[in-house]
Amino acid sequence: MEDGCETQHWLMPRTNNIKNHKFMSEEATGDSQLPLWEVFIQSKPGLAHKHAGNVHATDGEMALQNARDVYGRRNEGISMWVVPANAITASSPEDQSSFFDPANDKVYRHPSFYELKDGVKFM
Amino acid sequence: MSESKEHIAFQEKIDNDIKIEPKDWMPDEYRQMLIRQVSQHAHSEIVGMLPEGNWITRAPSLRRKVGLLAKVQDEAGHGLYLYSATESLGIDRIELIQQLHSGQSKYSNIFNYPTLTWADIGAIGWLVDGAAIMNQVSLQRTSYGPYSRAMVRICKEESFHQRQGYEIMTTLSNGTEKQKAMAQDATNRFWWPSLMMFGPSDKESIHSSKSLKWKIKRESNDELRQQFVDRAVPQGELIGMTFPDPDLKWNEDTGHYDFGEIDWEEFKNVINGNGPCNKERIRARIKADADGRWVRDAALAYAKNK
Repeated sequence: MEDGCETQHWLMPRTNNIKNHKFMSEEATGDSQLPLWEVFIQSKPGLAHKHAGNVHATDGEMALQNARDVYGRRNEGISMWVVPANAITASSPEDQSSFFDPANDKVYRHPSFYELKDGVKFM
Repeated sequence: MSESKEHIAFQEKIDNDIKIEPKDWMPDEYRQMLIRQVSQHAHSEIVGMLPEGNWITRAPSLRRKVGLLAKVQDEAGHGLYLYSATESLGIDRIELIQQLHSGQSKYSNIFNYPTLTWADIGAIGWLVDGAAIMNQVSLQRTSYGPYSRAMVRICKEESFHQRQGYEIMTTLSNGTEKQKAMAQDATNRFWWPSLMMFGPSDKESIHSSKSLKWKIKRESNDELRQQFVDRAVPQGELIGMTFPDPDLKWNEDTGHYDFGEIDWEEFKNVINGNGPCNKERIRARIKADADGRWVRDAALAYAKNK
């Protein structure tokens, strides 16, 4: 895609040597493993939601219940999000350096860039 | 073979203990080795529910029942974490399950042995989970990020599994002669299969050297097996258990226990499908999958019509 990002299964590796078996295997068996949802848990008030893993489910409600049973058996958190895996757009490892490049040469964004007179306090 | 630029960068990351993530470049062989190992690990969690599930309705007290129930439920969760990690390597859950059902993919040999008495539940928790934890603690440092994170979570949860088993063994060993004998019999039957859980000896293991080079495994089969013996023997002695190995003895010079040769013929025989319960285990998994089919179909139909 033009912007260097691509919409894809978030966790799916970019590779040419693995076929995507999803539709092949579903066609072969007529069975479905149900869509994939990524699970995020907030462990305490004030902390960010953190990725925990994923579950298969038909819809958000079922995904939440499955996520609770799979990733929340021991008071892991106080809040949970489930997100359709194919709704996540991720940056690519190959583009890592160019993608994050704008931050590299801006030392003036860090406090250590600025000189302080000896003896100054509380700054 | 001259190594490509990608190969060199990949090995550099491994050598510096930087985790490999799903979208990173990786050698195809690394991917295949991981799919093989992590899916076998997932299958083991799921099939491992069967021998223990066998005793849930006959647990001797409510305390034992809730403990066993929670443990078996954990194994289901652990199977799911590991399927999830395997799927991140680009293979579908449904295909993994088909590989289990067809026999193409293996699971831990230990679950092909039957649970004949209640003491077996104690021995499984103590020895089988003990061996599994030994392996899993080491795998927390595996080079593949999703596998490593699953292991961290699993280790945290499994710490009670071994204790509940050892508590059962302790109670039985403090009981009547008959109860003591039952605990000893379970120890006798599960000891050697537990040692086999660590896989072939380093001399024989075909996957070991690559696996260590790529840090999929962090310690070799024999190293982990020795650690397990060194821990399990004093635990057993403390509750009056003996082990069915005349060669088992403390070695002052090495600081480890020496132990006898594993019956590798039995190991191969069970892996190749001829253990006491192989067919029953797979039959039970295929039935569970088939019986659950209508639920998945109905849930999908409901979601479509909403």
